[in-house]
Amino acid sequence: MHGKALPYLLLTPATLFLCVFFLYPFALVAFEAFTRDGGFTLDNFRTMTSSWKFPVTVRNTLLLSAVVVPIQLVMALLMATMVSRLAAGRSAALYIFAIPLGISDLAAGLIWLAIFDQSGFLNTLLSNLGVIDRPVMFLGYQSKLTIFIAVALAEIWRATAIMMVILVAGMGLIPREYYEAAEVFGASPWKRFIKITLPLLRPSLQTAIILRVILAFEVFAVVAALGGTNLPVLMGETYNWQFTLQDRNVAAAMALFILAISIGFTLFFLRVLRVPKEARI
Amino acid sequence: MAEIAIKQVAKRFGGFTALHSIDLTIADQEFMVLLGASGCGKTTLLRIVAGLETPSQGEVWIGGRRVDHLPPRERGIAMVFQNYAVFPHLTVFENIAFGLRMKKLPQQEVEGRVNRTAELMHIEQLLKRYSGQLSGGQRQRVAVARALAMEPDVILMDEPLSNLDALLRLEMRAELKGVLAASKTTTIYVTHDQVEAMSLADRIAVMHQGHIVQAASPVEVYRNPAARFVGSFIGNPPMNFILATKAADGSWTVAGLTLPGPKSDKQTIEFAIRPEDVDTGTEGLHATVRVVEPLGPHTLVTCDVEGGLFRAILESNATVAVGDHLRLLPKPDRIRWFDPETTNAL
Ligand SMILES: Nc1ncnc2c1ncn2[C@@H]1O[C@H](COP(=O)(O)OP(=O)(O)OP(=O)(O)O)[C@@H](O)[C@H]1O
Ligand SMILES: [Mg+2]
Repeated sequence: MHGKALPYLLLTPATLFLCVFFLYPFALVAFEAFTRDGGFTLDNFRTMTSSWKFPVTVRNTLLLSAVVVPIQLVMALLMATMVSRLAAGRSAALYIFAIPLGISDLAAGLIWLAIFDQSGFLNTLLSNLGVIDRPVMFLGYQSKLTIFIAVALAEIWRATAIMMVILVAGMGLIPREYYEAAEVFGASPWKRFIKITLPLLRPSLQTAIILRVILAFEVFAVVAALGGTNLPVLMGETYNWQFTLQDRNVAAAMALFILAISIGFTLFFLRVLRVPKEARI
Repeated sequence: MAEIAIKQVAKRFGGFTALHSIDLTIADQEFMVLLGASGCGKTTLLRIVAGLETPSQGEVWIGGRRVDHLPPRERGIAMVFQNYAVFPHLTVFENIAFGLRMKKLPQQEVEGRVNRTAELMHIEQLLKRYSGQLSGGQRQRVAVARALAMEPDVILMDEPLSNLDALLRLEMRAELKGVLAASKTTTIYVTHDQVEAMSLADRIAVMHQGHIVQAASPVEVYRNPAARFVGSFIGNPPMNFILATKAADGSWTVAGLTLPGPKSDKQTIEFAIRPEDVDTGTEGLHATVRVVEPLGPHTLVTCDVEGGLFRAILESNATVAVGDHLRLLPKPDRIRWFDPETTNAL
């Protein structure tokens, strides 16, 4: 009995910790989302969806994720491939690529604000080059597209490295011999990438994509810094309900909604990128 | 036409020299076996021919074309890897078909070739499985099938049968030899199993510590070892060696027996004889029997000769017992002599 119980025993502290500091508050939030004035109700969800801003925030958030995540995936794959190929200085390159990871998302938003601002770096550069003669309002309320692009750029800059780190680790797990065999049997570098790297990288791709998609649904500080209220997203709207409109019940409903789509997409990618047990390395 | 020429190829890993200036030519359609002890550089040499390793020096030519700067896929080769390298994410069928798909052969042709080679390697019932669902021996046969399906000009095999049981290995060996001869493939085959080497090879290249010591037909390698190492490595049991001292010019004393031998200004050289090349009689080497092992068709007798071990294979009807004193007479035309310093044959 000793041998079998031990792992559970060792897991108990972590489990307790999770229960107290995660499951309990989560239960409270869920409870709040489904109650109002002490009684069970779906009103909070109705209030949430009937707000004119709700469809806009859903659309913006999904659109942002749909633009940012694929670009990041491709860039992360490229960077990971390059880093993995380095004979020397591999960890140095990894550290440099990973610098933006060490910066908080608000700070990242502010850095890009300093670039796009009316008196910012980009305007200074353009006017010094003589391209423009007076500062352009890149992030004004009429230029929704530029705001969107600025946010996407900041997000890509900030969070591509997390995917890359996961993919570099995954590529390190693929034995060299498979590349050698593929090479001998006629696969060009591109074919080796398609036929060997991608399929064998599936578990890491899965992790990276799921992690990134969830983070993309939670985008908040970067948008707040660059777009203010001009680009409403789900997380910003949750904040709004909680602190501006002082309605914690609808805010809780909003949080549950974000959780639900996160879970939905997680399940989707778990299924699509599943590796059958017998086909693993 | 795919003659392989390896010219002065050397390989150094940091300060360690794995191959010292190898020269070896393998004729078109020849079956060349690389034979040697573990760590002697067989895999390294094969990988250099394949293009998976760059030689530190020297040239590799295949079919009259210098290939040492070409990537593996442009060398017209197929290879069986020592560690199989069967792709885990593909079924056995797709593994065997991998190279054919890269060549963009029509589906019908792919299926035909996969089924044919799978049948040859007795894995036709495994085609739908994944590598993780196979035994080591089955995986190895998939690796062989994948190479055979390419029908290449040159096939490189790194111990392709090492993981099979004795019976299956015997059968596969015969199949391989037949198929490769019929398809006019030039083969380099690595093994450390000398029986396999003997039975398959047109020529055997015996390797030792990064050198090719001898490259010759199996009979030649067995009968006339070019160096002491070849005699001691090939043959089971291996050759017997005894130090001989000079009796007169061209005449040497071996364990009390005086034999005609090569002329040399050395005072001692080494006398060598294979265990099966001695007869018992009233004259010959003085031997005291230590162990008697009846092996069926003949009897292996281990004796003391001049304080060293000496093995003799005698007729199974020879009546010898432990402690007997024997006189072992070497067959004159089977005696070989080696220089004790260079270890080369005299
Ligand atoms: N990448 C490498 N770096 C350093 N040394 C190496 C490397 N590859 C091989 N060697 C060394 O080179 C020598 C020859 O290795 P090789 O793999 O060619 O031996 P082998 O004859 O194939 O042996 P085996 O029969 O055990 O497969 C060995 O001493 C090995 O340790
Ligand atoms: Mg080897």
